[in-house]
Amino acid sequence: MKAVLLALLLPPLASAAVAAEPRGTGDLGLVVERASGSVRIVETTGRTALARVEGLGDLSHASVVFGRDGRHAFVFGRDGGLTKVDLLEARIAERVVQAGNSIGGAISADGGLVAVANYEPGGVKVFDAATLEEVADIPSTPLDDGKRAKVVGLEDTTGRRFAWSLYDTGEIWSADLKDPAHPRIARFASVGRLPYDALVTPDGRYYVAGLFGEDGLAVLDLWDASAKPRRVLEGYGRGEEPLPVYKMPHLEGWAEAQGLLFLPAIGRHELLLLDRGTWQEAGRIAVHGQPVFAVARPDGRQVWVNFAHPLNDAVQVIDVPSRQVVATLNPGKAVLHMEFTPRGEQVWVSARDSDKVVVYDTETLRPIAEIAADKPSGIFFTARADRIGF
Amino acid sequence: MLDSAGAAAAAVLMLVGLQTEVLPPAERQAELLHRLKHDCGSCHGMTLKGGLGPSLLPEALAGKDEAGLAAIVLHGVPGTPMPPWGVEISATEAAWLVERLKQGITP
Repeated sequence: MKAVLLALLLPPLASAAVAAEPRGTGDLGLVVERASGSVRIVETTGRTALARVEGLGDLSHASVVFGRDGRHAFVFGRDGGLTKVDLLEARIAERVVQAGNSIGGAISADGGLVAVANYEPGGVKVFDAATLEEVADIPSTPLDDGKRAKVVGLEDTTGRRFAWSLYDTGEIWSADLKDPAHPRIARFASVGRLPYDALVTPDGRYYVAGLFGEDGLAVLDLWDASAKPRRVLEGYGRGEEPLPVYKMPHLEGWAEAQGLLFLPAIGRHELLLLDRGTWQEAGRIAVHGQPVFAVARPDGRQVWVNFAHPLNDAVQVIDVPSRQVVATLNPGKAVLHMEFTPRGEQVWVSARDSDKVVVYDTETLRPIAEIAADKPSGIFFTARADRIGF
Repeated sequence: MLDSAGAAAAAVLMLVGLQTEVLPPAERQAELLHRLKHDCGSCHGMTLKGGLGPSLLPEALAGKDEAGLAAIVLHGVPGTPMPPWGVEISATEAAWLVERLKQGITP
């Protein structure tokens, strides 16, 4: 009797849990609510929000990687917070505040190491994915003002290797953390002015850093231990005055399709097409505004693009075979991110100032669902766990 | 040339002038603060403590010339990612934003 009463009085322990019954995680994901420090756990089969997890700190510019179990998400906050979220129990499993100002991170191929890119103090810190205990601290290059260079474009490649760029000093570093206590680091200077973000090609071979300070990108062949970064698409602005950029483009979440990389130009309302075989320009596509994200549907048939302020209420769809813009859609105000379901039949689009996520059918290009969210920014599905450089 | 008391008085007068005469309307103020949090915040941090761009907190701006800061807002900083906002923000609004930033705000 006493036990029954107690059971009635106690709140159900798993009230916030996503899974009362056993379930898989292949159709789960997270939507970052940037202003409230929370994430929404969503599922893409019924297209619903399942739970909200709060207390993740400052999530402006937050990004997420997934453990290979597809159950745990690692959320990188702006305030240096690294939070491990259990998607099935809809709770914070671990959380550390590991720096003062951070920009994102990556996870090793074996799922064992989580690396974080820090602005302040500048460098990369690496954590045991199971416990979030720090296993390595790799400070960046010191600057004249006593600070250290800001780390951007941190990507996982193969094995326990990571690569990143230093914004202030124009460097690319690549590191092997097979033995985290003794990281083996290759440092490359003078790769170009102000690298701002980077991507790794789907095969894990090439690290491509975008440059803000000049027209071009730096490419490093990670399969060739003697290789140095080389410049590609040099002078793509053709000497024209660049337009002002009201939001920095992103390269992570590569858009490789049909042997081409689709890359945002800086200060131009264009996507640049880079041939993956020759590393030469293969054309360009005029678009609605300054591109921020160019993301390929997983099959490479389409590339979806969103734009910087003030033209950020639209997304455009590019048909890859014809290289034509085939649709301009208006999901809502201030579109920040797009994420495809694992096989690409849906794309989820966040509209920050409309406080919603709009789900499109990528064949009909029509909206099929809306999910309310508080100032949504990044959307991240568990299929990222299986992809290099995500 | 003004002595320091005179300069302070002039500054107070300017401040009063800003607050009483050329304040943006309330609705526009809310819009500017939203912009500050979310658009400026994409580089300077949503809490304005800095990111790819420098901190905009009062301690970081202390001692910096208001007119110079307003000019940066309006015209940007060539060679850096700071773009010119003068296409959509007036000089009055830039001055108001700088004043609010120096006072310290939680947008």
